[in-house]
Amino acid sequence: MDLTRRSLLGKAALAGAFALTPRLAFAAAAAATDQRFVFIILRGAMDGMSLVMPVGDPAYSRLRGALALPPGGAVPIPLDSTFALHPAMARTAAMYAAKEALFIHAVASPYRERSHFDAQNVLETGGTAAYALKDGWLNRLVSALPVGREPPIAIAATVPMVLRGTAPVTSYAPSALPEANDDLLHRINGLYEHDPLLHPLWSEAMDARTLAQSGGSGGGTGNASPVALGKLAAQFLSKPSGPRIAVIELLGWDTHAQQSLRLTGQLRQLDAVIGALKDGMGADWSKTAVLAATEFGRTAAINGTGGTDHGTGGAAILAGGAVAGGRVVADWPGLGNGALYEGRDLKPTTDLRSVMLGVGAASFGVDPARLGPALFPGARVTPLAGLLRT
Amino acid sequence: MSSDIAIAINRFGLGQRRDEPVPSDAKRWLLDQFAAFEPRPAVLASVPTSVAMAIQYRESLLMIRDALGAKAIPELANIPAMAGPAAAPPSPKAMQKDVQKELREGYRMSYIALASGRIAAAVASPTPFAERLTHFWANHFAVSADKMATVGLAGTLEFEAIRPNLFGSFADLLLAVERHPAMLLYLDQSQSIGPGSAIGARAAMRADAKRKVGLNENLAREIMELHTLGVGSGYTQGDVQELARGLTGWSVGGFVRRPTGIEAPDGAFVFQPDWHEPGVRTLLGARYANNGVGQGEAMLRTLAVHPATAHHVATKLARHFVADEPPPALVARLAAVHLRTGGNLTALYRALIDAPEAWATPLTKFKTPWDWTISSLRGLGMRTAPDARSVGTLAALGQPIWRPGSPAGWDDIAASWAAPDALLRRVEVAQRIAGASGGALDARSLGPQLMPGVWSSTTAAAIAKADSPAQGLAMLLVTPEFLRR
Repeated sequence: MDLTRRSLLGKAALAGAFALTPRLAFAAAAAATDQRFVFIILRGAMDGMSLVMPVGDPAYSRLRGALALPPGGAVPIPLDSTFALHPAMARTAAMYAAKEALFIHAVASPYRERSHFDAQNVLETGGTAAYALKDGWLNRLVSALPVGREPPIAIAATVPMVLRGTAPVTSYAPSALPEANDDLLHRINGLYEHDPLLHPLWSEAMDARTLAQSGGSGGGTGNASPVALGKLAAQFLSKPSGPRIAVIELLGWDTHAQQSLRLTGQLRQLDAVIGALKDGMGADWSKTAVLAATEFGRTAAINGTGGTDHGTGGAAILAGGAVAGGRVVADWPGLGNGALYEGRDLKPTTDLRSVMLGVGAASFGVDPARLGPALFPGARVTPLAGLLRT
Repeated sequence: MSSDIAIAINRFGLGQRRDEPVPSDAKRWLLDQFAAFEPRPAVLASVPTSVAMAIQYRESLLMIRDALGAKAIPELANIPAMAGPAAAPPSPKAMQKDVQKELREGYRMSYIALASGRIAAAVASPTPFAERLTHFWANHFAVSADKMATVGLAGTLEFEAIRPNLFGSFADLLLAVERHPAMLLYLDQSQSIGPGSAIGARAAMRADAKRKVGLNENLAREIMELHTLGVGSGYTQGDVQELARGLTGWSVGGFVRRPTGIEAPDGAFVFQPDWHEPGVRTLLGARYANNGVGQGEAMLRTLAVHPATAHHVATKLARHFVADEPPPALVARLAAVHLRTGGNLTALYRALIDAPEAWATPLTKFKTPWDWTISSLRGLGMRTAPDARSVGTLAALGQPIWRPGSPAGWDDIAASWAAPDALLRRVEVAQRIAGASGGALDARSLGPQLMPGVWSSTTAAAIAKADSPAQGLAMLLVTPEFLRR
């Protein structure tokens, strides 16, 4: 049998796309698929009200107390009459000024409880409840696109939920280990020939390795700092035949205590990752959209330990040369008495899925009315239009 | 040949040691480990304790105070201890770099001593089933070594709270864990103060936002969501807050800067009566009188034997020992044992050994990087000297010891570990370990010794064609058989 499992999977995914939406794959094939999409998962619940501070809301400084302003007397960067950006996000602020970045506020997934792990499952599967779907929404997005490109890539040693599913995907992370010799790699191919789990994984690993090496990076680039992950993602995405979708994960956002300095460090890193993507993409930045989102926001008020607890509404970042930026997209619910969700959280007024659908459809030239049911089965999601330049 | 021996040594144990006899009676071998297990074996005799870490931490506070003045101190507990993707260095402007570097180095050394102690104990253990159970509970009650206060403490939780309580009741294990300084600091419990307590009321009268004190519900939430009932089991946000109030005052001597509590020895659990929220608490419909520290303890003891807890623990045990999708019938049986025995852990382990589901082939559990590294070292007959290298190997494979990055611990399913890049990393490590073994071992005979009854003829044929003994060994470690348990 000379069909590899990977090509079988690819065909199965294609067949699935046809069955679901008959003309979808053709429509997409005709459209520009040279666009790039990067999804950055901020695990741990990033505090959206510290990223994009609603300084114009009269209740803000009372609720936030010592957290209302960044540490060390740093000055927030004004975005409009209501909002200001955390000063750790200097590069993203420059993109905002150049109309290459926007922020979405008071946004949330459909999840309304306060468990990180369930909420991340909803964020990644695109389901309406945790564990309702077994694959990730980005994997389903891939199934709706023409095959033939390199599969989407997780810049991580393992594949996060958002990319898991029937469409082939791969993962790659910089390694500090010495590389295994080619003969051994070849023999292992034979060892896994009949193993339904290991054979496809190994094929993907070998393909990603070849791709990384052809870029002259040699693969092993030392320990993976978040910035290195951004650079590496850009390296893959800017190859002419490389993947068009990448996922990066950043951990450490669960700031229950002493939030001020910790969050500054976290945001500085996030800003550096976005900056590394822009630098690494070069001319292809104009075709790129980067969405950074988290599982839920944090409480509107500061807690007793200088931090914030699990909340609901939060903020997301959309950056890239393809983005129609320079604005804060928010139907701001206010922070006054009675405006908070359950009396404690920023009330979500924008569905994060409408952002995902809006960006996914616009990036890859797919009709959102067709893409919506594939990305978010069982839900009626209205795409947020006009997020990208067309 | 029956596969029972291979299952006992791989699925229940940590892999066969090359230089030790293969057990002849699978179940007997597992049961005998209950009595033979040593909570503090020789290799762990000299690793840092939580008290030593507390003293080190207090000295750090003094160093920083000398260097910077008192203002910088409140933030110290949350400074990431190691650079890396999970822990960014925010580098507070005022903090002098050399002080910070020196502190980090000190904590890093303690972490490495603890983590390499864990590896050495696992590699040498004559009771690998019991050893695996300690790893299971350490992951169930995960403390991630990501911030300075916990980097040297995460391991002490396993050695001090879990190992001594491995064969008691779940309630005793739970209480030992929640009272341990690592957990109290990791989930921000050590500074949680009841708003209606003596200290809370005094702070409220000052009405000074910068000195705000109050309730932190982080530990209470994770106890209910992760340690006991499990998410979605029917408790409410109100229950979380009630448990958080019941636990106010649970703190640690030496770690807490507030001068408003009673003195306690460094690293010791201390109950601060003046921080405790007064009043009766209602949790899941039951009422708990305010008798100080006993209030939170009573709440935890109730949670420990709650049906939802029994189901949650049973599910995780069944997932760990049987299948990624645990058989519902087995989960129900284990949960029934939990409820019938009041959470007797030995009874639970016996029920697992008695479960026919646990002895089914083929091997379906994909080894985690930890399982795989330990079984590789055991299989080649190595004994590790405490050093940073094998600790670094686990990080390179994607599972740095005690650093899952969240209190949920590491996932226990193949989808989280069996990925293209992860597989390639294992091959790289296999090549290195096999090279270090010096080429004196023959993979053709070692394979069936380590995996009796499950070593396939196709694997044997592929190994036989290896171009060198070292290559054969490297292949052995990444065979489909050896990657599973």
